[in-house]
Amino acid sequence: MDLNEIHIDVLKEIGNIGAGNAATSLSQMLSKRIEMNVPEVSLLNYNEVINSIGGAENVVVGILVSFDGDIEGVILFLLKKEFVHLILNSLLGSELHNFEEISDIELSALAEIGNIMVSSYVNSISLLTNMKIEITVPSLNIDMSGALLDAVTAQFSEIADKVIFIKEKYFCQDETVYSHMLLLPSISSLKILLNRFGLDV
Amino acid sequence: MNQAVIVGISDMKIVNEPEKLISYALGSCVGICIIDKVAKISGMAHIMLPYNNSLDKENTFKYADTGITEMVRQMGYLGGRKNRMIAKIAGGAKMFDIKGSSSIGNIGERNILAAKETLQKLQIKLYAEDVGKNYGRTITLESTTGNLTIKSFGRNLIII
Repeated sequence: MDLNEIHIDVLKEIGNIGAGNAATSLSQMLSKRIEMNVPEVSLLNYNEVINSIGGAENVVVGILVSFDGDIEGVILFLLKKEFVHLILNSLLGSELHNFEEISDIELSALAEIGNIMVSSYVNSISLLTNMKIEITVPSLNIDMSGALLDAVTAQFSEIADKVIFIKEKYFCQDETVYSHMLLLPSISSLKILLNRFGLDV
Repeated sequence: MNQAVIVGISDMKIVNEPEKLISYALGSCVGICIIDKVAKISGMAHIMLPYNNSLDKENTFKYADTGITEMVRQMGYLGGRKNRMIAKIAGGAKMFDIKGSSSIGNIGERNILAAKETLQKLQIKLYAEDVGKNYGRTITLESTTGNLTIKSFGRNLIII
């Protein structure tokens, strides 16, 4: 399957719509004034994604959620240490020094945040396209970014060498943090999604 | 000679003693190392998927079956002999435990099986392995000793 420029633009737009909603719900949960820029949506290959989150061995939190219904696929959230610290500090008042010391309560708080952000993301796509989409319980792991990424990249590589990569920049008080999200629809779902926007694939 | 030769994803490299080979952060991917102590050469492949069903010629090293076969063929050009070669494999983790129709969950396991099956077909002895579980691995092969060092987040080093 070959994606042309127009397909890519539509995918970027889909990425944009959901991202704003996800950021709003994050802001509500943390009851902090969080400002954000327009998210950067790009199509990147494995190595480009890795570079963008600090290298293959950089340890990050990965939250994977699968969705099905009218379309199916997975969403992978990758959260760097600064972002995780901001969340845990706002929610639980805790200080995260390193990932080795993270507690079970902190882990479930993170999984819940991931769940809510993905839900609001998926809801906005669902509303826009008038499709029924349901998500599963998220699975969370903390590890080297390269290791968290390779299974989803492998799965998606049957469709394309690149993944839809959404990078959001948040400003909270004097801090700037980023979240990274990968949107990976299955091949048939990608076709359905693009068809909804009047594009043939 | 301290700098290790980097093997990227869907890639393969062969070195002479005393060079080292390294692959970073294998998750569900599998690293296959083949060592021929007489020819003094070692190879490392970093595969993503089990089988090259559509015979994708541009990405030979993306798949366990074509990747290992091609690595052994190229090692043969450099004086390697299959009956002297030994293999060590690492990786194939299940990073996320996820329900539903997605086959992401068992890619690692399928990669391990395909790597083992290919080695068996080529009659290359599988000498050691550190596979599966739910964590990533950075692997370094020292061609002189044949030692494969596995580094993971929050865990002790393993040498196989």
